[in-house]
Amino acid sequence: MAILFLLIPVSLLLVLFGCWAFFWAVRSGQFDELEAASWDILADDPEPADGDSHPTERAP
Amino acid sequence: MTDDVARGVCFHCGLPLAATACETLQGGEKRSFCCPGCAAAAELIHSLGLQAYYRFRTAAPDRVASEGSRYGQFDDPALQGGFVRQEGQGSVAYLDVRGIHCAACAWLVDRALQSVPGVSSSSVNSATGRARVTFDPKRTTLSSLLSRIAEVGYRPSPISQDAVGVDPDREMKNQLKRLAVAGFGMMQVMMFAVALYTGEFQGMDAVMRSYMRYVSLLVATPVMVYAGWPFYAGAVNALRSRGITMDVPVSLGLLLAYSASLIDTVTHRGEVYFDSVTMFIFFLTLARFMELVARRRCVNVTESLSRLLPALAHRLRADGSLEDVPVTLVKPGDSILVKNGEVVPADAEISKGSSSLDESMLTGESSPLERGAGDTVLAGSLNSGGPLECRVKSVGQATVLSSIVALLLRAQTERPKAVREADRMARRFLTRVLLGAAVVFVAWHFIDAARAFNATLAVLVVACPCALSLGPLIALASATSALAREGLLVSHPDAIEGLAGATTVVFDKTGTLTAGRVRITSIEPASNHDASRCLEIASALEAGTDHPLARAFSGRGRLTASDVSVRPGAGVEGCVDGKRYRVGSRAFALDGDSKGALDVVGDSAIVLAEEGRRIATFELADSLRPEASRVIASLRDKGLTCEILSGDALERVAEVARSCGITRFTARCTPKEKLERVRSLIAAGESVTVVGDGINDAPVLAGASVSIAMSQGSALAQASADLVLVQDSLKALPIAFAHARRCKWIMRQNMVWAATYNLVAIPLAALGWVPPWIAALGMSASSILVVLNSLRLNRGARASARDTAQPAPQLHRMAA
Repeated sequence: MAILFLLIPVSLLLVLFGCWAFFWAVRSGQFDELEAASWDILADDPEPADGDSHPTERAP
Repeated sequence: MTDDVARGVCFHCGLPLAATACETLQGGEKRSFCCPGCAAAAELIHSLGLQAYYRFRTAAPDRVASEGSRYGQFDDPALQGGFVRQEGQGSVAYLDVRGIHCAACAWLVDRALQSVPGVSSSSVNSATGRARVTFDPKRTTLSSLLSRIAEVGYRPSPISQDAVGVDPDREMKNQLKRLAVAGFGMMQVMMFAVALYTGEFQGMDAVMRSYMRYVSLLVATPVMVYAGWPFYAGAVNALRSRGITMDVPVSLGLLLAYSASLIDTVTHRGEVYFDSVTMFIFFLTLARFMELVARRRCVNVTESLSRLLPALAHRLRADGSLEDVPVTLVKPGDSILVKNGEVVPADAEISKGSSSLDESMLTGESSPLERGAGDTVLAGSLNSGGPLECRVKSVGQATVLSSIVALLLRAQTERPKAVREADRMARRFLTRVLLGAAVVFVAWHFIDAARAFNATLAVLVVACPCALSLGPLIALASATSALAREGLLVSHPDAIEGLAGATTVVFDKTGTLTAGRVRITSIEPASNHDASRCLEIASALEAGTDHPLARAFSGRGRLTASDVSVRPGAGVEGCVDGKRYRVGSRAFALDGDSKGALDVVGDSAIVLAEEGRRIATFELADSLRPEASRVIASLRDKGLTCEILSGDALERVAEVARSCGITRFTARCTPKEKLERVRSLIAAGESVTVVGDGINDAPVLAGASVSIAMSQGSALAQASADLVLVQDSLKALPIAFAHARRCKWIMRQNMVWAATYNLVAIPLAALGWVPPWIAALGMSASSILVVLNSLRLNRGARASARDTAQPAPQLHRMAA
């Protein structure tokens, strides 16, 4: 069980890192707008040559 | 894209093509637009390479104002100081952008802003419609940013620095961080606690035990200090003002348990309760966070109402020339010009011109009202006819719009009587537990002083109110997600509890019980005339106008009219197949009298006349939703009383009430009267659920025990309601009530369990018969039982829905 004397501090460091990452995410506004970001990936694509064949195009 | 041409709608805004339609060539394709404004916006979007917007948008944008406003006034240094803040190298401005309907809109505005040279960064929030722009004041100006947004079809206005104040997200962010610390800490401490309790059973050497305790202490301390801080601050504030809030017993319990555990850890004696401490803090912080989210939503609602007003007004100088001034500088007595498609900036009296005004955002009146010289126009109403010259009567806080906002605010601050039962019980319970713990400590002090502290803490641990505060939370969360699957979004935590206790359901008429679309109910042709031929003639004439009543005629024939002239508020005159016709109000159609304005409220008959002789009369009405009567019947089966409160005319309301079987109704209600009626019902002991849409409903919705908004209504009503129906249908209503009652029932089960458990466990603990590990185990088991019971709501959703639901799911209407 002596290994716990090492493992627990290691796990605490990981928790600390997790906390820091979360704080960073909050501070840099990652949670401010949860919807728009997902659109950016799609929208930044260059316009395909024929717009009609794009899979995300919605039928009217 | 060619579909748009075939369907005859604008490529940009999706409105039907009218007389002002134009076609341009873009990207090798011919596209039709309803007006030059839309064409210009699409042209700019295309030239900026942002065509992706059209593919990803989920809602059609507003029609682009035909004449882009000039924003030059905002570059005036004296004025600009109020809107722009210096930050490092650049200037920062917050802009309010109206017309943002979906994430694609926010994306478009964002990219449009970034396409302005000199803009270093921008971010647009699609939820609040706010944009934050950082720009280099040497390379660009505030006005060019505003113009660019206007050019792509949105209506921007800068937000003054006072209004921005502190970052509104700051409190939210802090709470989120506290929640994270408490959550992470709780998980860790729980893990160590399991080891410690197991060690209690199986034996654990003293060094390891001590080590585990110190580690727990290490993790629990930041949770205690950082995450728990708001509780201590609240407790100190409460004590200073000689009151007692939930924070007081909470802080006391926390400090007691923590310091005892701290002492025990250092002295290697007794028990530690860091797990209870961190868990307690986590769940309380979670509850506070949810409360904060709900509160912030209310603030947003009020903001968006105030946002109805335009940023600029066209003021007439004494010499008759026009100047654009920020609306805050307009004073009573000024002469202003309100053009077609613009929002009236202040309450004013028309001095020249006549037009139809859409006050639906203010009064909920579905048909535009005809107003001429001497009539009053209200700030926030939309001018859908010709230009109006008005004399300003009141501005800012004195306007009707402001009083609606104030009404809304007041209704919001008055919390419904149904304060959360669980919270109240948990509070009472906590106080008693603390008192009990004190009694236990004193008693044991005289009996066996060595066991006093442990017995006291055993009471505190075994009586952890998690079963009380956690149970309702999860029950509500489960019910919320179950309802979401049925198309009902819960936006206020009290809503489900309120629904369960509802006794009366109050409906608004237009857009709620009716579909909000005018249609022709009957055609009475004069003898020797054919009804369908008359309809075709009328459609041809009405095709040139965009009056709401004219929409009922759209798409009814292939005839075309020539030489069409529109008399605002009266009707249309034109030639079809060489014969001269007039369609509109009786007076206009028969006598050509355009002064006898068409009273769209009382008399909804439209007359078609050939050379002054009546050839047909059309009766128009808003159609009842097909599911309305079934839903009402189903609600009545559940023992609910249904009632209609409407701003519309008596005959129409009575008609609707009759056809869906409602006996109680009131017509011609102002928002204030509606609120009073709802209040009096509540005062009479009823629990009132209000279903409605439109801004005029907002105060009523906020004053109700529970409010439900239809998503087709204005965005504002959505946000201010406790529940939002996302389908354009009432079908989910009976399910919601059935569900809420089920949720309430399960919550009551939890309460009974928690009460039983605590009544048994606490006395045992007080007697010193409960070892700490049993206390902790009992507490955890009790919590888990409550959680599992609450989660049944999630699974049982379908079952309870089956009893009442109509099987056919309604497809979401596509934005046309």
